[in-house]
Amino acid sequence: MALTIEIVTVERVVRTEKDVEVLIAPGSEGQLAILPRHAALMTTIVPGILTFRRAGVEEDFMLAGGFMEVRDDRVTILADAAEAADEIDAERAEAARHRAQERLRQAMENPSLGLDLARAQASLQRSLMRLRAVDRVRRRRTDGRPRM
Amino acid sequence: MPNIRQLKRRIGTVKNTAKITNALQLVAASKMRRAQDRALQSRPYADKLSFVLAGLATKGSDSEEAAHPLLISRPVENVAVLHITPNRGLCGGLNSNLNRAAGTFVAAQEQPVNLVAVGKKGRDFFVRARASVVAEFVDLGDYPTQSDTLGISRLVIDDYLAGVVDRVYLSYASFVSTAVQRPVVKQLLPLEPPKLDTADEGSAYRADYIFEPGPEVVLERLLPRYIEMVIYSAILESAASEQSARMVAMKNASDNASEIERELTLTYNKARQEQITTELLDIIGGAAALED
Repeated sequence: MALTIEIVTVERVVRTEKDVEVLIAPGSEGQLAILPRHAALMTTIVPGILTFRRAGVEEDFMLAGGFMEVRDDRVTILADAAEAADEIDAERAEAARHRAQERLRQAMENPSLGLDLARAQASLQRSLMRLRAVDRVRRRRTDGRPRM
Repeated sequence: MPNIRQLKRRIGTVKNTAKITNALQLVAASKMRRAQDRALQSRPYADKLSFVLAGLATKGSDSEEAAHPLLISRPVENVAVLHITPNRGLCGGLNSNLNRAAGTFVAAQEQPVNLVAVGKKGRDFFVRARASVVAEFVDLGDYPTQSDTLGISRLVIDDYLAGVVDRVYLSYASFVSTAVQRPVVKQLLPLEPPKLDTADEGSAYRADYIFEPGPEVVLERLLPRYIEMVIYSAILESAASEQSARMVAMKNASDNASEIERELTLTYNKARQEQITTELLDIIGGAAALED
């Protein structure tokens, strides 16, 4: 018994994987773990980190919201955006965080500029998620302990 | 007798033209492959989303709960057409076919039509026709990303929800094959949810899923995504159509150019031979006159 997972965005298939033992996703009602023989489920997901374990090895993905469907041991994640944690460029994410914070600060100090507050917030959240994902990968490499 | 110098010059011109069309053909071919690839990459998401939406929408219509505003059709007072065209020409009849299809459609509407133009060719056409073009998106590039198209979806959805328009149509180039691209005008809003292939699947879907937070919330979040997806894939398909049409058009142009070059070279050689013969005859004639 194992899960087949599929992470897709409108632009590409990010990952398909068989024989997954467990998957943890950022559901809108809280983190949720999916094990084999899970009941049919359809849930919205919020920006966060998705982790799954296959043959004892864990992998992290950055998700920017979307939907998750579970049915007959098949998990389909329809993500607004998704990236494997080890594909993320930490420096770029850090730069994006700075930019977003700066823009957010300007937007709040000076509402007349007409900067898009919601957009700045969203991009700040995205870059924070990326950084968190990168951080998880790093920590896992140094101590080797699973963190689920 | 055709002038030899003129012939030679024309051959040069035709050769140069062939070089350009050949280069354009190669560029279009590689862009086409990439554009088709991108259109294919978005399939799994589209299929899955359509399937889930079909299941959910069927579920919704069973109960008495109010349908989502994006699904309700209301009396039509204003119509919007989202017209997707290439930015550039040199792609055979594609642009004029697209514009003709959309133009005929707009002319047939009884209600006032607002146009949202994606692509310069469509915008220019409707501006020239003095239609009311309310928005234009002309900087999409050859490989539009989803985030490039979100502004378009936002505009369309907001206008619809605000009651500015009561029906939205989508006009784009459907990619049938490399040789065939068909202009299509179809209804986008109110949304007609996709139908499931078999009743079997429908019942399988209704076979109680757990919905978190709840079916209505999931549906409410799903619908805008679905519209964004439909618009994004229409734009991808149009991009693939554009490159295919351009590749075919440029291939024809190159073929025609080499055909003309062949004919001109033949005429040129004939003329050259004729000239040589005449000169030889002159010389022989002159020599014979001297001998006598």
